[in-house]
Amino acid sequence: MKRVLILWIPILLSLLLMAGCSSTPTGDQAGAEVSEQSTGADGSAAGASTSAASQGGEWQGDPLENPNSLLATRVIYFDFDQSTVRSEYLDVIQAHADYLAANPQAVVRLEGHADEKGTREYNLGLGENRANSVRSLMLAQGVSDNQLVVVSYGEERPAAFEHNEESWALNRRVELIY
Amino acid sequence: MKKFLFSLILFFTWQPALFAELTIEITEGVEGALPIAVVPFSWQGKGAPPVDIAEVISADLQRSGRFKSLPREDMLARPTSVDLVEFKDWRALGIENLVIGQVQAHGAGGYQIQFQLLDVFRGEQLTGYSIPTTAPNLRNTAHRIADLIYEKLLGVPGAFATRVAYITSTKLADGETSIKLKIADADGYNPETIVTSTEPLLSPAWSPDGQKIAYVSFEGGQSAIYVQGVYTGTRQKVTSFKGINGAPAWSPDGRKLALTLSKGGNPDIYVYDLATRNLKTITRHYAIDTEPAWSPDGRSIVFTSDRGGRPQIYRVSAHGGKAQRVTFQNSYNARASFSPDGKLLTLVTREEGKYRIAVQDLESGVMQVLSQGSLDESPSFAPNGSMVIYASKTGYRGVLAAVSVDGRVRQRLALQEGDVREPVWSPFKN
Repeated sequence: MKRVLILWIPILLSLLLMAGCSSTPTGDQAGAEVSEQSTGADGSAAGASTSAASQGGEWQGDPLENPNSLLATRVIYFDFDQSTVRSEYLDVIQAHADYLAANPQAVVRLEGHADEKGTREYNLGLGENRANSVRSLMLAQGVSDNQLVVVSYGEERPAAFEHNEESWALNRRVELIY
Repeated sequence: MKKFLFSLILFFTWQPALFAELTIEITEGVEGALPIAVVPFSWQGKGAPPVDIAEVISADLQRSGRFKSLPREDMLARPTSVDLVEFKDWRALGIENLVIGQVQAHGAGGYQIQFQLLDVFRGEQLTGYSIPTTAPNLRNTAHRIADLIYEKLLGVPGAFATRVAYITSTKLADGETSIKLKIADADGYNPETIVTSTEPLLSPAWSPDGQKIAYVSFEGGQSAIYVQGVYTGTRQKVTSFKGINGAPAWSPDGRKLALTLSKGGNPDIYVYDLATRNLKTITRHYAIDTEPAWSPDGRSIVFTSDRGGRPQIYRVSAHGGKAQRVTFQNSYNARASFSPDGKLLTLVTREEGKYRIAVQDLESGVMQVLSQGSLDESPSFAPNGSMVIYASKTGYRGVLAAVSVDGRVRQRLALQEGDVREPVWSPFKN
């Protein structure tokens, strides 16, 4: 059972990323439905549920649910022992910052993660630095501090479970959870 | 080095209430381990003896790697008192020390255990005790006898009558992960769960009196430090500041916790007074400062910091002030802690891309890598300083391993199921 999961997670992840689907890698943290009317309290990640996004066509719902927008990217990956955001993600962060600035009641939880290499508590620090890097960029783009919640899980919640570079690359990440 | 494999499956079918969750395997032992024979103890009471005391003692001594226990089937005789011992027969087998004893039922639920440690070559007693005990404490009494034998023959106390705390992680059928903080005897018996969560648990730390464990829990979606009574089950939340609440470490007097908080914007070391709840800042640096550990004299704290660009170990006064870098070998050194005598640090180091357990002599600065894995972490000294227990990975599983501080004795401790990590050895029991 575990082996099956382990084999599937990286494959699913890469498929999801390629398709630009709105789901995040770990099912229990999937993005909450945040509509224009929702309050800040509703925007927290607790008890989140995922709804399927329709494929293609004209998009008429919440911009967060648009699978063709940059907002659909909810995971930002990092290099080993680094917390600097790679340039390829700057547009994604800009898009989320624009959304948050336009929707001041929306709250995003920035969950920082690390790979399993090295020690657990140091990795908590590293995960937090990564989440703070994303936070700083968003603040610089006009997002209000109270719209951003930073939590680091270090290496405690891996998205991929193999002990190799592919898995480690998938685990060095910040997840954006609305 | 002569390698030998002993698989000690410590499982007594006639003892269903007590079982070993961890299987301990000695993967490498010492050449010149002391040959010893622990003769089955005589039993005076009704039915079968409740615990095979001699077997527990024999397994403990064998597991330390410092002794080579004679298998029972190789014993020519099984004397249970000195007048029945034929010393020349044991000499012929190359046995240097012999342990004999008796177990008697003694009152309601009580037992009296008598044992003698004999020097085979001199034909005389080295030590002997008569110890009263009770059914639930029989294994512990056997571990204490092993401690006495170890100390008499090697000159340092044994650490068999101690416990180990560790974290397990098991995937549940519904996709959730069950994370548990457990404690077990040092031989893997009597595992007990003291915390269960679906959110991460990490960094367990024993209080110096062995009565409490501090740990980090993410229940509620963010980290908090708790202190829990091991034998009471009650707990208190110590800190739950915004950001990281991590890496609790008890001061040697048990009154304070050094810990990591990122409430100031990035992880720094603080000291929290458990009685006054006063929080004192020890480090203030934009780098990651974490994983504090106290020196045994309580005067200084070592911690991990990447202030120089890469994680290295630094040392600072327990009152704060300027930190001095301690580690210079290798580009990654983290999670240091002191040996009980304060002379060594054990830590995680990266060598040729592999994360391994090392010890560093504080006076000479010389580092010796002890472990052989590629993702080893969480080293913790035994309270007698003889071994370091740590977490390792084999395949998809996290396993526990232990290595002697000279790197000559290796043990692997495998959990029956799931993933096990973050072992911490308890202090000596009072």
